Amino acid sequence: MSRFRVALHIVPRRGLLDPQGKAVADALHTLGFTAVHDVHVGRHLVLELDAASPAAAEADARAMCEKLLANPVTEDFEVAGVSAA
Amino acid sequence: MKFGIVTFPGSNCDYDAYRAVIDVIGEKAEFLWHKDHDLRGADVVVLPGGFSYGDYLRPGAIARFSPIMREVATHAQRGGPVLGICNGFQILCEAGLLPGALLRNVGLKFISAPVHLRVENAGTLFTNRYHQGQVISIPIAHGDGRFTADAETLARIEGEGQVAFRYVDGAGPSARWSAPNGSMNAIAGIVSAQGNVLGMMPHPERAMDPILGSQDGIGVFESVVARVAA
Repeated sequence: MSRFRVALHIVPRRGLLDPQGKAVADALHTLGFTAVHDVHVGRHLVLELDAASPAAAEADARAMCEKLLANPVTEDFEVAGVSAA
Repeated sequence: MKFGIVTFPGSNCDYDAYRAVIDVIGEKAEFLWHKDHDLRGADVVVLPGGFSYGDYLRPGAIARFSPIMREVATHAQRGGPVLGICNGFQILCEAGLLPGALLRNVGLKFISAPVHLRVENAGTLFTNRYHQGQVISIPIAHGDGRFTADAETLARIEGEGQVAFRYVDGAGPSARWSAPNGSMNAIAGIVSAQGNVLGMMPHPERAMDPILGSQDGIGVFESVVARVAA
């Protein structure tokens, strides 16, 4: 077993109303960042865990997303990176 | 008849629910701790409002894995009544005992205010003391109450009469849908497909006495007592 660091992005599902994202986009527009089309506010999680391989660490992290870390009704997740911890 | 009121770390409406049952309804009530493994003979389970586990991750996401929730799910699967209020509704959705999810209010603000609700199905375990279409006044107090579901789920719960309460903008028959939190179809409360689990964002336990400004919440408790006693 080795220790890995797995970074996860959890974001509101596309198409769902995201009032936080819209508020941030509006604020950016107010500041003059008019090129911004859309903002999605989600969560970034970093897990440190023991696993046999990077692939196993990623598989474990995905299982955690499906069970707890992301809401299957409203959120999507992606594994942003796996590195040795 | 006994109500079992579950206290999670961060619950803050458990005592209100307890007093509503004991003082107003005149039935028995007992607090159940989230780490308990049995319902101690409760006929009706109440998941009260509050901020279980500080709303960490998502409201209700961690509470749904509390030991007591296994018993609550078994109780629900056997047809036992479960009433989730506010955070309790969020927990029931996270646990998969009710469809959909409750997201951040569309205006991003916590809203604490009395609202008008229309009883959309007066045939449920929890609404049979109301009239179909009756408009009642019950307070809400939440920051994450925007009911959301995919189109297929929404069509199903509408088609099956699972919408128990809807937010409306007034008391008259011409009142229109009006969700202060941006809920899809102005949904304020739904029942499970079997009909024995109700989740609602408004707080009936805060509308039990004239001194609270409304007694319109009594019907929720009386309805379930009437059915379970029958």
